Amino acid sequence: MELWFTENHTDSVRFSIKIKRHLFSEQSEFQKIDVLESEEFGRMLVLDGYLMLTEKDEYIYHEMITHVPLSVNPDIKKVLVIGGGDGGAVRELCRFKNIEHIDMVEIDRRVVEVCREYLQKTACSLDDPRVHLYYEDGLKFVRGAENEYDLIIVDSTDPFGPGEGLFTKEFYGNCYKALNECGILVNQHESTFYNEYAKAMKRAHSRIKSFFPIALVYQAHIPTYPSGHWLFGFASKKFHPVNDQNAEWWLAQGLKTGYYNRFVHSGCFALPQNVRDVLRETGAEK
Amino acid sequence: MRTYRFDQNSSPLLDAMNEYQTNRVVKFDVPGHKGGRGNKALSDFLGESCLKNDVNSMKPLDNLCHPVSVIREAQELAADAFGAENAFFIVNGATGAVQAMVMSVCKSGEKIILPRNVHRSAINALVVCGAVPVYVNPGINKELGIPLGMTAGEVEQAILENPDAKAVLVNNPTYYGICSDLRRIVEIAHKHGLMVLCDEAHGTHFYFGDGLPENGMAVGADMAAVSVHKTGGSLTQSAMLLMGKGVNADYVRQVINLTQTTSASYLLMVSLDLARQNLALHGREFYAKTVEFAEYARKEINALGGYYAFGEELCNGRDFFAFDKTKLSVHTRAMGLAGIEVYDLLRDEYDIQIEFGDIGNILAIITGGDRALEIERLVSALSEIKRLYGRSPVGLYDHEYINPNVVLPPQTAFYAENVPLPIAETAGRIAAEFVMCYPPGIPILAPGERITKDILDYIAYAKEKGCSLTGCRDMNVESLMVVK
Repeated sequence: MELWFTENHTDSVRFSIKIKRHLFSEQSEFQKIDVLESEEFGRMLVLDGYLMLTEKDEYIYHEMITHVPLSVNPDIKKVLVIGGGDGGAVRELCRFKNIEHIDMVEIDRRVVEVCREYLQKTACSLDDPRVHLYYEDGLKFVRGAENEYDLIIVDSTDPFGPGEGLFTKEFYGNCYKALNECGILVNQHESTFYNEYAKAMKRAHSRIKSFFPIALVYQAHIPTYPSGHWLFGFASKKFHPVNDQNAEWWLAQGLKTGYYNRFVHSGCFALPQNVRDVLRETGAEK
Repeated sequence: MRTYRFDQNSSPLLDAMNEYQTNRVVKFDVPGHKGGRGNKALSDFLGESCLKNDVNSMKPLDNLCHPVSVIREAQELAADAFGAENAFFIVNGATGAVQAMVMSVCKSGEKIILPRNVHRSAINALVVCGAVPVYVNPGINKELGIPLGMTAGEVEQAILENPDAKAVLVNNPTYYGICSDLRRIVEIAHKHGLMVLCDEAHGTHFYFGDGLPENGMAVGADMAAVSVHKTGGSLTQSAMLLMGKGVNADYVRQVINLTQTTSASYLLMVSLDLARQNLALHGREFYAKTVEFAEYARKEINALGGYYAFGEELCNGRDFFAFDKTKLSVHTRAMGLAGIEVYDLLRDEYDIQIEFGDIGNILAIITGGDRALEIERLVSALSEIKRLYGRSPVGLYDHEYINPNVVLPPQTAFYAENVPLPIAETAGRIAAEFVMCYPPGIPILAPGERITKDILDYIAYAKEKGCSLTGCRDMNVESLMVVK
């Protein structure tokens, strides 16, 4: 008998991974949580049928959503992570000694508990004394903060399901308010290859652009995400991600990485023409 | 837990529809789309089962105009669920039900006592049947700029001054969720031999939720128009007319049939049957969740500052006798924005559609069908609107209600010889038509009322702020029809 996990990347495109064992399955208050063990990708976290991470390629996403902003402002001390219940983003952040305080706001407590049990590879730093966990709606949490954070990382699911509030104009506006004058917002930004995702990406970009003087998009190649090509947003009140890159400082931290390096940093903002074209359609880019 | 006479698990109309589908009846009757095959685009849009169930009355499915079998049973179940003696399904909204109530108790020239802040449907009924309104001025909350309920004392006064009046019509609640002392008004009206009609377009939940204001049937009102589609879960345009003891339901049915369609939609009627079933079985939990959402939103919105999401604290035992806690009414003027401006910003900038915005307030309809994340979006968007658009409230219009001066009965004015005049030149004349902001649809001017400078200022201001003004022959409201 063969067991395969299949995700519909679009109505007519499927992506399948051969599964060794189905380790865990539960319907939480917010979503269906599954943990699978695969031949090729190791353990995988699946929410509502959508693949969130695999042990084999999660480092790409988690390095890119954290090392990019950290290399731009080495003075980042206080960070807010919204979503990210698997702990991967927090794990990367905890490698930076300059960071003093991390608030992580995950709506679904069960995701965190399940990852602690089955995905130690990403959940390993959640007990770091700098990390403070809040189980509540991200939109609500950020509404209460003002001029408080150096960095906000939005590590969300797609804009349908429990994460949909994290792609809204009211959310980005509240993030702007919650950041201090040096603040940086980095978010999971979907991709442009398939239409459904491209729409979400365009809306998110034009909304972010309406608040932040600097708002760019960068890319990474993530084999298990739809189209394999994924985008992140970098928005800031002050820092330009490429012009203000502090490569020496990052090198001096002596961090071993699998994807991110100082060349990828500047290179990832060089977007292919098809992404530039989609961004131009938002009207936010010239 | 309330006990019912009938088994509220049953759904006779749904069962009959399913039976009809199972029998695969050949359709040589209307509708002409024949189960959707004749209009593929519509079938694709609405879904095949929707079109298949869009049928016409026939023996096994009964007939709304003359219900003798499954529709009758469904209506009896509804009467039982709502604690009424009789109930009729209405497929023309609560508007149809309000008009049927008024026309059942008043003939041409007869008087009806009502607050002026009624929905246009009530005054429309007066235009149609020729009844004469005796207005009781509702109380006003000056700070919020909104009309309230009627006090029992003022209703009694109106009855004493008009002993020939036939009925009292009461909003239960108003659009903003405010209730009069309905129980006392019913006692007084009945003591003087008047019928009591309740416009419960916004009160379906009063029949099923705990801790909500009293409903018409429970306090002995004679008739109630209930917009089940608004907060009860049936399809848009479906409603019910409830009747208490001592109302001749057969006569009411005849009155309904004067104006209601003879091709009532089975989609609407089945939705009423299922809404009734669901409310009887699960209404209590559904509205408990509704109240929980609304109270949470009120607390969070009030914590933002600048907004005032009002609630039960305003109850005064008089014209603000009780408050419907499911309503999320928010006063916005202290933040320097008209309600209609916040309403537009929410939709245009945040993709959030609320029920209405008027001069000083917005209203969001909350039900147990909402999700916590959407409540968070609304609160966060309001927080952003305050941060980005808030300003000093100087210069904002501060009242919402102007006492009317009724010169002619609505029907007389509407059908009188009349002429259009540029709106600025109409002060002092008698209006021959309605002007209202829609929603909420409460007339600023009704036929037969004297036009004043105050009213014209209000209309100009509402127009400037972007309210959608309706009711006039001139769709741009640049001229008004006045009595010659």
